[in-house]
Amino acid sequence: MTSQNLIDFILLREPNVLLVVAGSIILCGMSAIVGCFTFLRKRALIGDAVSHSVLPGVCLAFILTGEKNPLYFLIGAIISGMMSLLIMEGLTRSRQTRPDTAIALMLSVFFGIGIVLLTSIQHSGNASQAGLDKFLFGKAASITLEDIRLFAFSSAGILSIIFIFLRGFTAISFDEEFAVSIGFPVRWLRFALSFLTVWAVSVGIQAVGVVLMSALLITPALAARMWTHSIRFMLFLAMLFGMLSGYLGAFVSYSAPAMPTGPWIVVAATFIAAVSMVFAPNRGILAQWFERRKNTNKTLEENILKLFYQIAEKTGESSKPILEEDLVNYRAFSKSQLKLGLRLLQKKAFIQFHLSTWKLTDLGEIEARRIVRLHRLWELYLQQYLNLDSDHVHDDAEAMEHVITPEIEAQLDEILGNPKVDPHNTIIPPK
Amino acid sequence: MPEIQNPSLEAHNLTVIYHRKPVLWSIDFTLPQGQIIGIMGPNGAGKSTLLKAILGLVPLNSGYSKVFDKDLGDVRQRVSYIPQRQTVDWDFPATVMDVVLMGRFQKRGMFQRISPEDKAIAQEALEQVNMQDYASRQISQLSGGQQQRVFLARALAQQADLYLLDEPFVGVDAATEQSIVELLRKMKSEGKTIVVVHHDLHTAREYFDWLVLLNASLIACGPVEDVFTDELLKVTYSGKLTVLSQVGDQLRERNFPVREK
Repeated sequence: MTSQNLIDFILLREPNVLLVVAGSIILCGMSAIVGCFTFLRKRALIGDAVSHSVLPGVCLAFILTGEKNPLYFLIGAIISGMMSLLIMEGLTRSRQTRPDTAIALMLSVFFGIGIVLLTSIQHSGNASQAGLDKFLFGKAASITLEDIRLFAFSSAGILSIIFIFLRGFTAISFDEEFAVSIGFPVRWLRFALSFLTVWAVSVGIQAVGVVLMSALLITPALAARMWTHSIRFMLFLAMLFGMLSGYLGAFVSYSAPAMPTGPWIVVAATFIAAVSMVFAPNRGILAQWFERRKNTNKTLEENILKLFYQIAEKTGESSKPILEEDLVNYRAFSKSQLKLGLRLLQKKAFIQFHLSTWKLTDLGEIEARRIVRLHRLWELYLQQYLNLDSDHVHDDAEAMEHVITPEIEAQLDEILGNPKVDPHNTIIPPK
Repeated sequence: MPEIQNPSLEAHNLTVIYHRKPVLWSIDFTLPQGQIIGIMGPNGAGKSTLLKAILGLVPLNSGYSKVFDKDLGDVRQRVSYIPQRQTVDWDFPATVMDVVLMGRFQKRGMFQRISPEDKAIAQEALEQVNMQDYASRQISQLSGGQQQRVFLARALAQQADLYLLDEPFVGVDAATEQSIVELLRKMKSEGKTIVVVHHDLHTAREYFDWLVLLNASLIACGPVEDVFTDELLKVTYSGKLTVLSQVGDQLRERNFPVREK
């Protein structure tokens, strides 16, 4: 592909490119918004089953009308998707089968029927059937103007219903029983949401096909959830991610015509989700890894500081210089850990290195005293309020001392009555 | 049973059957207004189901209930339900304020805008449960006790007259339990009626003015000093009703209807 082609694509100069890009973006953005509710209501598998279940409807629409009219396909798909969904819910509610069984059953039964119908159409000798199998993996590359009209109409309808009833949909997604108790028409809302999902799926299969449709519902929602805690912003982000996936998918299949659009849309969506899961603040894997490392380092530093204090306490000499090897003798640090901890403390100016020995600075001394104080206060609290034996409190205190905030410290001090000694009869350093 | 003027809640012949297993058998009771009322009984006695039956969350097989002498539909505005906090997913994308504002959905319906007045009411509700500093906190970061207090704040924001709480003290620390009890007493002093599903016998006498003892059927209902007796508790908690549950099992096993029509 030449750079001229690339520019043509980006500027949407070719009318055909414009159709494909517009179609993919509309479908993917709309599916992503609907999918947020599928995701939040933990109905991802139901979404997948519904996507597979629309196939017989599409085939029947063709058999009955003999035409490849997107509107007929849409109506057929919605009817068969709703049927599958209602049977699924009926089976689950009557306790004839468990939910997972009902989902798997409807997915395979409806998809099976769909494939049977599709095969018989293909062997019927009807010349106009060519391309019907595109419903399996999508036909974004051959989107027509008529398709776009239907997509735009459907998306506008679905999105306006979602925004008009956003409060109701949010309420049933978070706490359905509460929604019933305040008199919201929960049954109706639930039905509306199901219907919107089926509608979205029935339109969306034109781009990615029934097999991959559920990825379009769930993946952008998953990615968006990583970045935000606000449902409105989540809807917006999911839409954006969906649209971006649609654009990227269209781009790949344009630059390499042998490549199918639908699967590439899904690949792009998955890539966005993967990036989100790794890099999102707070919830992302990296952020959590950094936080864990920060905590481990804090624990390590504080344990070393405590050790300096205890050695000084034992020998009676405050701020006594200590050899690195001696530190290991007092407490089981691994050598590399100790080195890391000492380096971090030095950076914070809590300790200083002088003639192959380590020594607390004034700042370090204050910090060490604070940690020892927290440790001993906590031991005393455990002993007095949880009736733990004095030889049992040490390990608990060891873990807790690192998370006690100044507020909790003040509270401990108060309820223990400004204690002077801990359960082992050692002095609690004053503040 | 004493005659009660101006009842808050009445149940008449309430029967609920889950998958052919009777959970509540012909429950009849009348509760007064302005009291803290406990619903107690062993596990599986149908305590939570009783609340849900009154609220129409589970289908009734027979009987009916009345709230302030009316059908629930006519007085919904005066009733607030606090489900067990484990029934919702606390990883939902929402802040504490978002959840408390849901308490205003009843008044505003599905379409009316949330006004600054609603926000002020929600803020005040948060202050009452001492969670005002957490208004913009994500609900996924709350402890069990904090979650329960957020649910209470949502209920307070409803400004109802009858509060139905399902096991509010489960998985909650002692300090939170105390502060919730104090809040309930304060609500009582403002004339509210509070019905609490509870299972800890030790605190029953201290917390409640009135008690409903339940074990699938109604054992007793009355002021706590009349009902909280060794004899009645023994009936409620001992296996004396096993014949009833055996009959229930038989009905289910042999696919009999519980009512003949």
